[in-house]
Amino acid sequence: MKHLKQILGTEFRQFTMVIALVALIIIFNIATGGKVVTPSNFQNLLSGNAYVLVLAVGMLMVIVIGQIDLSVGSVAGFAGMVMALSAREFNLPWWVAALIGLAVGAIAGAWQGFWLARFNIPGFITTLGGMMIFRGGVIWISKSISVPAPEELKIIGAGYLPDWGPNTGLNNSTVLLGLLAIAAFTWSQLHKRRRIEKLSGKKEPLWPVLVRIVLVGLVIGYITWLYSSGRPGTSFPVPGLILVVLVIIYHIITQRTRFGRHIYAVGGNKSAATLSGVNVRRTYFLTMLNMSFLAALAGIIFVGRSVAAGPSDGTGWELDAIASVFIGGAAVSGGIGTVIATMVGGMVMAVLNNGLQLLGVGADRTQVIKGFVLLAAVVFDVYNKQRGRGSITGRLFPAKQEQPKPTEGTPA
Amino acid sequence: MEDIILQMQDITKVFPGVRALDGVTISVRRGDIHAICGENGAGKSTLMKVLSGIHPYGSYEGKIIYMGSEMTFKNIKESESAGIVIIHQELTMIPELSITENIFMGNEIVRRGLIDREKQRRLAQELLERVGLNLDPNTQVKHLGVGQQQLVEIAKALSKNVKLLILDEPTSALNEADTANLFKLMRDLKGKDITCIMISHKLNEIAEISDVVTVLRDGRTVETFSVEKGQVDEKRIIRSMVGRSMENRYPPHESKPGEVIFEVDNWCVEDPNIPGRMVCKRSNFYVRAGEIVGFAGLMGAGRTELMRSIFGQNYGSFICGSIKIRGKQVKINSVSEAIKHGIAYIPEDRKNFGLNLIDSVRKTCVSANLKAITRGWLLDLDKERQAAEKQREELGIKTYSVDACVNTLSGGNQQKVVVAKWMFTEPDVLILDEPTRGIDVGAKYEIHRLINGLADQGKAVIIVSSELPELLGMCDRIYTLFEGSITGALDRSEADQEKLMQMMINTQDAYSNTCADINA
Repeated sequence: MKHLKQILGTEFRQFTMVIALVALIIIFNIATGGKVVTPSNFQNLLSGNAYVLVLAVGMLMVIVIGQIDLSVGSVAGFAGMVMALSAREFNLPWWVAALIGLAVGAIAGAWQGFWLARFNIPGFITTLGGMMIFRGGVIWISKSISVPAPEELKIIGAGYLPDWGPNTGLNNSTVLLGLLAIAAFTWSQLHKRRRIEKLSGKKEPLWPVLVRIVLVGLVIGYITWLYSSGRPGTSFPVPGLILVVLVIIYHIITQRTRFGRHIYAVGGNKSAATLSGVNVRRTYFLTMLNMSFLAALAGIIFVGRSVAAGPSDGTGWELDAIASVFIGGAAVSGGIGTVIATMVGGMVMAVLNNGLQLLGVGADRTQVIKGFVLLAAVVFDVYNKQRGRGSITGRLFPAKQEQPKPTEGTPA
Repeated sequence: MEDIILQMQDITKVFPGVRALDGVTISVRRGDIHAICGENGAGKSTLMKVLSGIHPYGSYEGKIIYMGSEMTFKNIKESESAGIVIIHQELTMIPELSITENIFMGNEIVRRGLIDREKQRRLAQELLERVGLNLDPNTQVKHLGVGQQQLVEIAKALSKNVKLLILDEPTSALNEADTANLFKLMRDLKGKDITCIMISHKLNEIAEISDVVTVLRDGRTVETFSVEKGQVDEKRIIRSMVGRSMENRYPPHESKPGEVIFEVDNWCVEDPNIPGRMVCKRSNFYVRAGEIVGFAGLMGAGRTELMRSIFGQNYGSFICGSIKIRGKQVKINSVSEAIKHGIAYIPEDRKNFGLNLIDSVRKTCVSANLKAITRGWLLDLDKERQAAEKQREELGIKTYSVDACVNTLSGGNQQKVVVAKWMFTEPDVLILDEPTRGIDVGAKYEIHRLINGLADQGKAVIIVSSELPELLGMCDRIYTLFEGSITGALDRSEADQEKLMQMMINTQDAYSNTCADINA
């Protein structure tokens, strides 16, 4: 047990969901007779859910500040439509149209952030309004008809990485990415160990680090092989790559920047944040703006998939994004949640969808099951936190030292 | 034999780490208006909460004998059905509902499963007449003034067939006319065989209305004496309120005050909710480098409001005044500007204002000065950890790891984390609002030592406290506040609890004696 803990590191709490995800994949794979873990299904899984996961990244930050954004589906649809229309009507190159789409998203976010930041109108209300405004807007400007988008967008929405170099039977771009990922992980682990040694002045054992590197290396290697060994011409999907880049960027923003700290501070205790010099309004504003910007990006990715923008694109996406965040362990009251855990939550939803579909379960029953899973995940989380006990993993590996008992006096 | 309606015998109530009540005994005669007075934290409110069942039977020790039999209230409902009704200092009306609905809240008159509105209205009308309010019972409570709301509260109590009415600082939010009105009603009720217990520390009111006064101090009954012919011995009450021996020990400290580095002139702030009501009235004060200055005042004197308005206008609407730091006038419009100018404020309510309880010790320690650990765009987490470990060691924060969540720490250690957070901003002026509230004796001593250490580093330290011994034990100079005005300043050598208390309740002679000091 102790050795296992050393390998997993200190933050093993978040592994509960990862274990659930892996278990889900294995169960579905057995039940479907091996249809889940195949290159093409994994490629679909990623490119078919990338847009929701992009939304979930932004939604995590919104929920951490203690707000909610119901407008993301409408904003995504609206931005995608504006992009398609501006490309068609003004003959703009695809990338200019895409930038216009992103700008529209940012403006929509500024609009909603303004009401929250300036007049303290709850995000629930401003974005409920936005949901109607932008949905109506899409239908209005499109006259309720699908609009074709520039062909080049296909790369963003459903594209694959190019193949080059010697014929290895694998997609060489994907292999290169996989090797880079392993190298980056190895470097970060060794660097971390050096830092810890420097800080504490004590020698850290090398073996847990090596075991970790080998294990994670194997996992990355397997995923790389899975994605690169599909049909010729396929690879790790481009929307998946966009997502990975975003996750890295937003992980750093939330965990390693002042703005990230402010988000958690505002969500955890607004009054205390104010008294610590945090500009609460600015934090609200930027978070809402960022959400709609990412919604526009999600909308563009989605348009790229079918190379057309439809008037009902994005309907109901907000709920998938919100569900991903909560399955990922974020707190309804704000202040708690991480980008990585949200991605795991989102993947749980995606795998459920995918596996049930492969099993031939209808969309109706899939919906019911997803509903129960969401509820179960949140109940599990709340139950754990309420009684002040650790997660299941926390109980399996009790902390080294007893925590001091809180003693609190509140005389009236 | 006297007709005693209520006897509370040897009531002891312990909160973790604090003995709020320590063997309080009190007996109340039927038909009396019985005043209870004492300092903040003397245990007045706790005693009333025990009586009304908010602190249920079993959570305290001692006996309550009411109308001749022992009572074991488990909740308010039980005490109310026995005829004991408490009216809290903060009124508990629902502003959007009508007077009728508020009066019968929780005791609705029901006929066949539906509320009998007509009957409720009729009864409400009668009740309002009994308390002398000439209002339509359908009026929404939000349209009523505070005084009227208080009377509605009493009407509500009457609807419950009250025998013993408890009023917790009933006049704290009332003007003179409303107060007079309330007192008239209280005398009225007295004639109708309703007994009143009134918590108050306004001596003139006690003299005017009450028959008997009981003084509480540090959770004990000090003495009970009757008010004869509207005369109370003010000196005697004050002495009873404060006259404890200095049993708490304070770390020895010799201040070496330097030049004045922090000055506040002519500071006026308006209540953000009640236009026209000033919470700070032309306050002037200064603090020298290395000096510890205390602010004393009773509840509602405006101490916290004054400090928070200075700290980046975090409270109230700024009217006028200026702040000088090291002789230079500065404009401070936000908390972050205040921090930039070297001011730190440690709020009185640790849980609601001081800490993000779900955050780790490590992140909290640096949260008010993230700039110090930022390199380029990113936070340097190694620097953060080093900073947190250093603070943990220097302040003696007891935690198994700096990664622990702050809500797993004890109150004293949480307070040290707050202090650590503000030390990390390297302030010149440190304002501590009730720095040792709700923490145990040992932790108090450590916090006091820390404060002395900060003064030795040449920082200007301001302590706001409800505990006079704490101020007398720690401060070089003490200002007193009364209803938003600074009523005086005393040096440590000339200050004692009685003098301070006199200035805090602003009896006239004390005020004129110290006016000279303010201008000095």
